[in-house]
Amino acid sequence: MEIFSNGQWLPLVFMALMGISILAYVILDGYDLGVGMLMSRASDAEKEKMIASIGPFWDANETWLVLGVGILLVAFPMAHGVILTALYLPTAVMLGGLILRGVSFDFRAKAKANHKHLWDKCFIGGSLISALAQGYMLGLYIVGFEETFATFAFGLLAGACLAAGYCFVGAGWLIMKTEGELQKKAIKWARIALWGTAFGMAIVSISTPLLSPRIFDKWFSLPNFFLLLPIPMMTGLLIVVLEVVLRKLPRPNDRYCWVPFAGSVGLFLLGFHGLAYSFYPYIVPDKITIWQAASAPESLMIILVGALIVLPCIIGYTIFAYRVFWGKVKELSYY
Amino acid sequence: MDALMLARIQFGANITFHILFPTITIALGWILLFFKLRYNRSRDMKWMDVYKFWVKIFALCFALGVVSGITMSFQFGTNWPGFMMAVGNIAGPLLAYEVLTAFFLEATFLGIMLFGFNKVSNRVHTTATVLVAFGTTMSAFWIIVLNSWMHTPMGFEMRDGVAHATSWFDIVFNPSMPYRLTHMLLASGLTATFLIAGISAYRFLRGDKCASVIAAMKTGVYAAAVLIPIQIFVGDVHGLNTLEHQPAKVAAMEGVWETERGVPMLLFAVPNKETRSNDYETGIPKLASLILTHEWDGEIKGLNEFEGKHPPVAPVFFAFRIMVGVGMLMLAVSWLSAWQIKRKGEPKRWLACVLAGMAFSGWVATTAGWYTTEIGRQPYLVYGVLTTAQAAATNVTAGMIGATLAMYLTLYAVLIAAFISVVFYLARKASVKPDPLSEQAFSSIGVEKMVEGKL
Repeated sequence: MEIFSNGQWLPLVFMALMGISILAYVILDGYDLGVGMLMSRASDAEKEKMIASIGPFWDANETWLVLGVGILLVAFPMAHGVILTALYLPTAVMLGGLILRGVSFDFRAKAKANHKHLWDKCFIGGSLISALAQGYMLGLYIVGFEETFATFAFGLLAGACLAAGYCFVGAGWLIMKTEGELQKKAIKWARIALWGTAFGMAIVSISTPLLSPRIFDKWFSLPNFFLLLPIPMMTGLLIVVLEVVLRKLPRPNDRYCWVPFAGSVGLFLLGFHGLAYSFYPYIVPDKITIWQAASAPESLMIILVGALIVLPCIIGYTIFAYRVFWGKVKELSYY
Repeated sequence: MDALMLARIQFGANITFHILFPTITIALGWILLFFKLRYNRSRDMKWMDVYKFWVKIFALCFALGVVSGITMSFQFGTNWPGFMMAVGNIAGPLLAYEVLTAFFLEATFLGIMLFGFNKVSNRVHTTATVLVAFGTTMSAFWIIVLNSWMHTPMGFEMRDGVAHATSWFDIVFNPSMPYRLTHMLLASGLTATFLIAGISAYRFLRGDKCASVIAAMKTGVYAAAVLIPIQIFVGDVHGLNTLEHQPAKVAAMEGVWETERGVPMLLFAVPNKETRSNDYETGIPKLASLILTHEWDGEIKGLNEFEGKHPPVAPVFFAFRIMVGVGMLMLAVSWLSAWQIKRKGEPKRWLACVLAGMAFSGWVATTAGWYTTEIGRQPYLVYGVLTTAQAAATNVTAGMIGATLAMYLTLYAVLIAAFISVVFYLARKASVKPDPLSEQAFSSIGVEKMVEGKL
């Protein structure tokens, strides 16, 4: 095949790597952003537990964003410039949010006692701003960076839905990592956030094909329609299953406490697949394909060799770190 | 102000804010390892106390470094889209290797280093400390490689306006890389050691003379006293390297407009770009020629040889003098302190005050040094290959840049103030022996104890 000659397959590999990093970011930082937003509904003692559940991980979780954007930057430099200058303001807002929450996390444990509430507010606010801005960026990406009042509203809606999605992963994480009252609260939060998530996925699924005839054809021409049908069907089924499970939690001995989190990962996976299928092979919707935007093959090759050696190590020690802090969250002994 | 200048100020502000924190963590990681190893060997609790105190500041710096680093990875695209389009084939892999080999390593093991002490064996914990320190240093390595390549680009060819790598060895080991890397690592060492010495001196001045404070102060002062002469030497060699590859920058640093022999070393002057000469010149005759060419009558090329292609003179000229001035002050203070501590076991009170005042002097010197070298590279972004103006975004308006710049600057100012005050607050808190029954102590020693279940 033509694609395998002249290093034409390299952009494809990098597209996949970037997809994996963004997916990993959305799930991993998603849960800690979600926990951050949910903290607005928690008591002071619960806040400590919630912070403790994400404490050892958030630094590494955000690194996936750097990797995702990094791959965009190094493998598709042209797209990096086009996308980020088009999303200039929301990017700045998101970065402001990420800065605020990242530092508040550390300041709150070290600052004077009477400043702590202030840092908590910054942490919650920063998490919310980041989530909304990321959702807004996704929304604008879907509409091809057009800037009208309608796309602005759509972006905001997407922002709210992604925030709900993050809250759902965050609540799932808390159900898994905590027990007692906080866990019961988290189950309640998860039930609300689940519907926000489902609504958001529905909106995006309906609007994407309507906005782009190309994407419409991809989904609704035969036989694609039947081959792709499992994606929305599985998503719907998963949402129903999650609702049923959430109603029955918590179970004795905390059985099935991992189901909501696993389910949220499943939802993000399916949603991501749908989006990826819709936009492939474009990296800037309907304008630039991954091949047009890619760096020179020799440079991509150098990165790929490194990535193939190092990524398994990264995954390995990430698993190790999660195992060290496995189980219900105890106390966070800052040391 | 035009969009280009605003974009430069914005990126400059962000990168300045960013570098403050890695400058501390790069060296502090290794110093923490030293504390940990001293504890492992002696089982003396004072080393554990020092470790516990400084690991908190490390965590804080790390968080600030991570979030401002994320900002940078976006600003490459938002501010300098032309940079990656022109030299992405070179810069890309270097940045990718930084993220892959360093960023994940440090971020992941930091969790274990900070929160895992009771969850893993002491050996695993020490290993995590080593990996974090190693990760921060690797990170510095890759970034300095890229930065040096932008100053002294090698190992590539231009095809249709796009750089393509021809030799990765030449790219990585480009002519200025070894000097710049050493200079930066030593700068980090000095920043961290002066911070440790300064904060310890602050606690000492407040009457806290416990073993851990003295041990930390000694470590900081002695290490600084050893590092500073090495740094001065390396800085000089780095300057000679710059003279060879970027003579216009050296001319700006020295304030030399006309090519001449026997150039004086200017102690003070105000470069005037209108008259293309200096006002209020005061200098030591022939010394600049001696330092740069090792001959009293050595010739130094003046700025007029590079008209239109040299950096703005005044910022480079002044930043360079600030860096050197702080360096000389560091030399005097660290040697005097080392001598007093060696003889009396502690510094005199006035000197302890000076040490405390210089806790963040490393920041001043490092920032001034970076301004010297980065502004000194202008008008180029990649020296001789790509100008900064060519790399700027064309579809982002000055208004947008200005608005976000205001947001960033506010955020950075608040955070720097918060950081410095929290460091001093932690120092005061560590010196107070808490009374477990009082409400005040309960809230002020905070969550850490409470959640440990010790109260």
